[in-house]
Amino acid sequence: MLTKRIIPCLDIKNGRTVKGINFLELKDAGDPVELALKYSLEGADELVFLDISATEERRKTLVQLVQKVAQTINIPFTVGGGISSVEDVELLLKNGADKISINSSAVKNPKLISEIAKNFGSQCVVVAIDAKFIHENWKVHLVGGKVATELDLFDWAKEVEQLGAGEILFTSMNNDGTKNGFANEALAQLSKTVNVPIIASGGAGTMNHFEEAFSIGSADAALAASVFHYNEISIPELKNYLKTAGIPVRI
Amino acid sequence: MKIAIIDYGAGNIKSIQFALNRLGFEGILTNNPSEIRSAEKVIFPGVGEASSAMKKLKSSGLDELIPTLTQPVLGICLGMQLMCNHTEEGDTKGLGIFDTNIVQFSNRVKVPHMGWNTIYNLQSPLFQGINEKEYLYLVHSYYAPLSKNTIANTIYEKEFSSALQLNNFYGVQFHPEKSGMVGEQILKNFLNL
Repeated sequence: MLTKRIIPCLDIKNGRTVKGINFLELKDAGDPVELALKYSLEGADELVFLDISATEERRKTLVQLVQKVAQTINIPFTVGGGISSVEDVELLLKNGADKISINSSAVKNPKLISEIAKNFGSQCVVVAIDAKFIHENWKVHLVGGKVATELDLFDWAKEVEQLGAGEILFTSMNNDGTKNGFANEALAQLSKTVNVPIIASGGAGTMNHFEEAFSIGSADAALAASVFHYNEISIPELKNYLKTAGIPVRI
Repeated sequence: MKIAIIDYGAGNIKSIQFALNRLGFEGILTNNPSEIRSAEKVIFPGVGEASSAMKKLKSSGLDELIPTLTQPVLGICLGMQLMCNHTEEGDTKGLGIFDTNIVQFSNRVKVPHMGWNTIYNLQSPLFQGINEKEYLYLVHSYYAPLSKNTIANTIYEKEFSSALQLNNFYGVQFHPEKSGMVGEQILKNFLNL
């Protein structure tokens, strides 16, 4: 039986892991390769690296990191942050990334999704969508949730699926950082709207929140950062909890 | 040991090279026929779309070379699918090594089938020391139905072949290079054939 995936997310700045809440007060959290290895040995099913650096050398630093991660760990990983062209994607995949994640650049240029899918296959295209629930509607936001758009979450999800996205990473801006649980209703609706796997993101605080994202939200995978980084939830403990609750997981 | 990883411009093949390195082996990325023919083991990877991958194989003559190889050959993911007679993806004729046709999952399930799933009914030295129902990482939208070449089963929508074997030719739908310790053991078993 296909299992539900647990995905730790590592924020990367200038080749180092950083921790912070909503990108504020960033603190150095060590070597991403070491952290990636730790998570993979603990039973993480995949990893996501989100590059938030804004320097000239970012691309070179990121490529070096991707190569080191690919040499070290034996589970799949996704790389996101600042990817805006087929060339960017090719460079990351060639150096060992399994999937890439695009967000704002897909909204600005939806054709990018189909170009990447055509060149490298849908399986490597994760479209990340940040959305906020405003006036009874889920509106897509850009630039880490700072810029609102007129796009509706569900319309946009349908469109990215048609363009060739292999997976959707949905972050609820209302839930992100709250530790009050994932946006389960929106997740469930998303699963009904599209036929590609959905990764739930934003709001993980307890092990029960993960259980709900799978049972109520019908998510295929759940992503979290701080609960893992701050050792509030350990992956083996979480997986045992989920197994006991009847959620299929890899142990 | 000389291990050739067939490089025909299909996706993320560095991962396989890195996985071999972790096991203490070197793999050469190559599309050179004599280099491939003289290798003790050949790995035939592939991610991406079938018809364009097949075109690339043809342009370098690899479509004729691969079926004539006599050493152990391991097709991974799309590599395995291209070793079959035909695939629905892009209505593509394959290499015809495995006598079966690749078909698409229906929309009753989420496609691609992505993540960790179990393999069972293991029937090959490739799975030496591997327990039934171990988890492997898979990502694919098309699959090989059960056939006389099936050496491992997986269930998604229905039972399908997660591995195939005919003589020296092996094919796996899962990614051994991305499937943790279990995947590494399967790679090791292949290298020990």
